[in-house]
Amino acid sequence: MTALLTVKNLSIGFGTDAPVVEDVSFTVEAGKTLALVGESGSGKTLSCRSALRILPAAAQMRSGSIVLCDREGGHPIDLMALSEKKMQDIRGNRVSMIFQEPMRSLSPLHRIGNQVSEALKLHRDFDAAERKKRVLAMFERVGFVDPARVYGSYPFELSGGMRQRAMIAMAMVGRPDILIADEPTTALDVTTQAQVLGLIKDLQAEYGMAVVLVTHDLGVVANMADDVVVMNRGRVMESGPAELILGDPQHPYTKDLMAAAPEIPATPADRPDEADRDYILEMRDVNKTYILKGSAPWKPKTVVNAVRGVDFGVERGKTLAVVGESGSGKTTCARMALGAERADAGASILFRETAGSEPVNLQDLDGDARLKFQRKAQMVFQDPYSTLNPRMRVKDALCEPLEIHGIGSPSDRIDRAVEILKWVGLNENMLTRYPHAFSGGQRQRLSIARALMLNPILLVCDEPTSALDVSVQEQVLQLLEDIRDRLNLSYLFISHDLAVVARIADEVAVMRSGLVVEQGPPEQLFYNPKHPYTKALIAAQPEPDISRPIDLKIVAQGAGSPSSWPEEFRFVGADAPPLTETDPGHKVRFHV
Amino acid sequence: MALLRFAVFRFLTMLATLVVVSVLVFLIITLPPGDYLSNQINELRATGQSAGIAKAEFLRAEYSLDQPLYKQYLIWAGFMPGPHGFAGLLQGEFGWSFEFDKPVADLVGGALWMTVLVNLAAVLFIYAVALPLGILAAAKSKTWVDYTSAFVGYLGLATPNFLLALILFYYGNRYLNLPIGGLMDPQYEGQPMSFGKMKSVLIHLIIPTFVIGTSGAAAMMQRLRANLLDELGKPYVETARAKGMSEPRMLTKYPLRVAFNPFVADIGTLLPSLISGSVLVSVVLGLQTIGPLLLSALKSQDLFLSAFVLMFVALLTLIGTLVSDLLLALLDPRIRFGGRER
Repeated sequence: MTALLTVKNLSIGFGTDAPVVEDVSFTVEAGKTLALVGESGSGKTLSCRSALRILPAAAQMRSGSIVLCDREGGHPIDLMALSEKKMQDIRGNRVSMIFQEPMRSLSPLHRIGNQVSEALKLHRDFDAAERKKRVLAMFERVGFVDPARVYGSYPFELSGGMRQRAMIAMAMVGRPDILIADEPTTALDVTTQAQVLGLIKDLQAEYGMAVVLVTHDLGVVANMADDVVVMNRGRVMESGPAELILGDPQHPYTKDLMAAAPEIPATPADRPDEADRDYILEMRDVNKTYILKGSAPWKPKTVVNAVRGVDFGVERGKTLAVVGESGSGKTTCARMALGAERADAGASILFRETAGSEPVNLQDLDGDARLKFQRKAQMVFQDPYSTLNPRMRVKDALCEPLEIHGIGSPSDRIDRAVEILKWVGLNENMLTRYPHAFSGGQRQRLSIARALMLNPILLVCDEPTSALDVSVQEQVLQLLEDIRDRLNLSYLFISHDLAVVARIADEVAVMRSGLVVEQGPPEQLFYNPKHPYTKALIAAQPEPDISRPIDLKIVAQGAGSPSSWPEEFRFVGADAPPLTETDPGHKVRFHV
Repeated sequence: MALLRFAVFRFLTMLATLVVVSVLVFLIITLPPGDYLSNQINELRATGQSAGIAKAEFLRAEYSLDQPLYKQYLIWAGFMPGPHGFAGLLQGEFGWSFEFDKPVADLVGGALWMTVLVNLAAVLFIYAVALPLGILAAAKSKTWVDYTSAFVGYLGLATPNFLLALILFYYGNRYLNLPIGGLMDPQYEGQPMSFGKMKSVLIHLIIPTFVIGTSGAAAMMQRLRANLLDELGKPYVETARAKGMSEPRMLTKYPLRVAFNPFVADIGTLLPSLISGSVLVSVVLGLQTIGPLLLSALKSQDLFLSAFVLMFVALLTLIGTLVSDLLLALLDPRIRFGGRER
């Protein structure tokens, strides 16, 4: 047990305000992983960045000490007192860091190889050829199939997971003693997350560096950490070995976090008998192709099959969840379900206002019919920060839909806004505020309130909780469930997170590259998954339980290209096998 | 290779644009009723001087001004033979200035080069001043360096150019013995280029460059500062810091490269705005550029002279945008590989 990095009684504050990080202490041991856990605003990011002294310009480290030792535990250096010049020798050399957003953490104008080898150029006396050799070797180690091609690529030519691998290569190429990973997988799909976490773990075993993992996800902690520090509002709530903290949390805040973590339940629920299905929305034979223009007039156009042969329905009062990674076509489905996008010819997207009534085909809506439909179907968006106009008061944002549709007098509209605000758990004195005065969870409540203003019967929710902290996510899901049952709403629920879906959905469709690969009621899908991709999604879900680590083999096989799937699921050329019913209501795409 | 194809493609579209611009220019100039010659003929008739009328009528026929508008255009542009065969812009014949009674080419010849010279100097001045000051202001944002440069910048924007010109002439002449007005000493006018002439031109350029460039430099500096500040907040800057780069090196390698794009894109619009913006300054400073020529040509409806000057400005603009497009493609892989991006 040698302490590499010791942080003692650290306090960080902005200006003259009370400190936002107060009296935080933790120790990073050689070769071990320490997880800093907390929700946004808990001070976990500031705490970890203080070890590299890359805090925002206005932040001051007020007191405490940060001491870095070498791998044998000797030669302590006080990082707080170090000159900026000497600090630069530490950064990227002895302590390196990877960040949350791989999409934006690499310069868009420089080649990957240039950016990665720079870390060596700054800290080692290798010549150019030696640098390139080492970078290529590291690229191979982090899992690039063609390192030389990646070396000459620009970041926008790689996917998010690949970019995060490049970031890891950049951090690791200098063989640091400590790797700080600040929410390294939060922006990634769950299957990519599993693979990146697996990579970090492997590298740690190989190079023996210590890892400081900053995350809000207890599932990630359970898979990675040796020690855990739970933070809330700038203070340490609880710290200790992972098995103790996760197995038997003492502090009430840790218990709350554990309770809020979404989970795929362990026992299947009973399924009510099949009745005559009353679909409020049916999507039959839906295809959507986009044609991308070439970069110049003479270049050939590319055809993208965003959605292929989607065929499902939302039952009245029920929730249909569509699950898939980014680029799987799930959002395109949502947009077509609202008539915001036209499917290719031949599709029928039918909306029935009441049971047994004449369906409206959204494919050929126009003018008044469209307006009438829009009153009945509304959308809740993913990012509550950018979907509310920052210059409109809550009152105006809520009343606007009624104004557009010419419903009620101004005072009626306000009355309705007050009522709806109560439904979503906000109160009426918030009506005159602007969106910036609300937290993320409150904003998502506002978005839901706005969607409810027109008294719709169908809500399309596009990843409504993926931008929120776990405990807030829990509350928003609860709210969505409550109002669904209370108002007899029907949901088309889009998500990349199976655990979220497990809780709210009555039927789940799993999508991959525009195709539904498996579809069925959650109890069938989760306990008897047939398709390798569904299996990978379930396996990749990090559970806050140390005894259930992620099985990377299942993830790698299912999330890989369709050619890596077992024989019966593989594509023949570009043609996918047909969607076949295996059990009542459970369909899988495979060759019979 | 792809870049070369792009360059050829852009060059061809530029030529097409030029043709469209020429139609517009010709149309707009001929839009007001009458032209220089018919105005003159009416005036001569009114004063009873029939001798001049014959000459004016002769010029009208000579330059096809008695033809329908579309034929006038085609002959002027050189797409169609006039009374003396093909003799339009395409053939290098720029027409006749009725007001100055000289061929446009003779009239404009020297002024053209002077215009290019003055504006090139102004552009260089703008870039030379705005680049370091903008970077400095962004790197030291919210310190006295930033505030001082912003103050000087706003002064530069707010002071009317011609006023600045007069003030600078007065003090420049009084304390530094700088010449007043013109672009060279009178003894060099009409002389072939020599070392003395060049030196004289350079000394005369100092004040005009400063006057024409100040407001442009101030505006560009503020824009660069704002762009750079935006970039400094991006995660890749943090990545570079965490790598252990020193601040100046990080600043110049990463955010500056990205913030540079609008800077380069400005080249295209900078030239024409300088030329049209510097007309007043040229009049005040007595510079022999085409600015003052354009002004008087437009006032007197001197068709060929004004059309030629406008075409020249349009050509400069198009060349400017061509250059900035090519530079952008060179600088920014996202533009170069635009088609590959998903």
